[in-house]
Amino acid sequence: MITVKNISKSFENIKIIDDISAVFEKGKTNLIIGQSGSGKTVLMKCLLGLFDIDEGEILYDSQKFKKDNISMISDLRKQIGMVFQGSALFDSMSVIENIIFPLRMFSNKTDSEMIIRAREVIKRVDLKDVDHKFPSEISGGMKKRVAIARAIVLNPKYLFCDEPNSGLDPKTAIIIDKLIQEITIEYDITTVINTHDMNSVMEIGDKIIFLVEGEKIWEGTNKEILNTDDKMINDFVYSSELFKKVKLIQKK
Amino acid sequence: MKFFFHIGRYFLMIKYTFTKFTKWSVLKKLIFQEIEDLIIGSIGIVAFMSFLIGGVVAIQTALAIENPLLPGNLIGFATRQSVILEFAPTLISIIMAGKVGSYITSSIGTMRVTEQIDALEVMGINSFNYLIFPKIISLLLYPFLITLAMFLGILGGYIASVYAGFSTSFDFIQGIQLDFKVFHIIYTYIKTILFAFVLATIPSYHGFFMKGGALEVGKASNISFVWTSSVIIIINFIVTQLLLA
Repeated sequence: MITVKNISKSFENIKIIDDISAVFEKGKTNLIIGQSGSGKTVLMKCLLGLFDIDEGEILYDSQKFKKDNISMISDLRKQIGMVFQGSALFDSMSVIENIIFPLRMFSNKTDSEMIIRAREVIKRVDLKDVDHKFPSEISGGMKKRVAIARAIVLNPKYLFCDEPNSGLDPKTAIIIDKLIQEITIEYDITTVINTHDMNSVMEIGDKIIFLVEGEKIWEGTNKEILNTDDKMINDFVYSSELFKKVKLIQKK
Repeated sequence: MKFFFHIGRYFLMIKYTFTKFTKWSVLKKLIFQEIEDLIIGSIGIVAFMSFLIGGVVAIQTALAIENPLLPGNLIGFATRQSVILEFAPTLISIIMAGKVGSYITSSIGTMRVTEQIDALEVMGINSFNYLIFPKIISLLLYPFLITLAMFLGILGGYIASVYAGFSTSFDFIQGIQLDFKVFHIIYTYIKTILFAFVLATIPSYHGFFMKGGALEVGKASNISFVWTSSVIIIINFIVTQLLLA
């Protein structure tokens, strides 16, 4: 579980994150949603310690996240897996080397043990015949799977995904969303996902927080978001023709 | 003020590079990889440039001293002094600022743009140490390249002057032995080590702290070359003033 208490973050006196409090629950896919520029990525980077927060505090379970406590941060980061928007695979390494990388850095496993573990997660994310290919040789969907495999190879307690299905076709996007949800339940981890994709919200939104201009204006589940009366949320949720029609059918 | 900000951030980067070391087994592989990319990958261009530069220096010297009263070994002497003191360490370093420096900036810059550096940091890896330290260590072999450049530069001078009829083989060899000072070699290696450090760190700085996309990677490589070569020239001036003046 990750608890965020009254955190704020400004860049050049412009508040990007404004007094946000939230609880990201264990074993659930917690979604941060909002329009582009609403502060989702900044919030995630604050949670990861890539940006220093100006005010408030972040608790990983009961542990306070303090940037100046290097040993604590170092230990905590070994328990964090991250799937970046662009996958962020290391170009100079093959798929299997990318997946083995965290093991090589943080475990005392032998080469053969690392390969066995890497093959387990490769199988888990349904990848085939890509072990020795380089990131430039595989598709966007495959890259996401490799990124997920790399993120879970150390059995993390926390999984962060920054727009995991951006740039993917709708079918692959849903497959990736489902994969993340399955892994969250299977590994019993706290998953935080940044997205503005309504399909993701509907498919895997166990818990959702909605941001507008850096402020949290709503919190709930994927079922609740469809029935809320909040105008800003409805404008966001029903911005596409498809969802407008779904709403119309629901009313009928 | 911005200039001082960059200087401060550059020195902080150096400090972080030498803290929180990456696992040795990983670092060792990275160092060998960098030796291959930065040193072995540069042998060809260094050899080609030094050989031709040495030849040009010898021919230019020969053409400038047409006076028959001047000794025949002057061409060899002037070639040796020019190649050892300036052309091999300084000019090759400026060429390397273009070749190796641009490579370092663009490779680190691309990692920044594609969030690979963020990925390292999220994993709890000191990205400064992981990316920059192996480059600094591999460039400790840079004096090997400069030694090669010195040898091939003088060889180029020898071939150009002897085979073009500007000097005899005996005169040229006598010239390169004339008034030889070991300190000149020490001075060259002192410069070379300093240039190697500059070649590893300034391009890394420009790659590491770049912002934007693919276009900015190109711009960062360009700026990196300008700064690296400028700093090499400034260091060259200071070291020469301190050690030879």
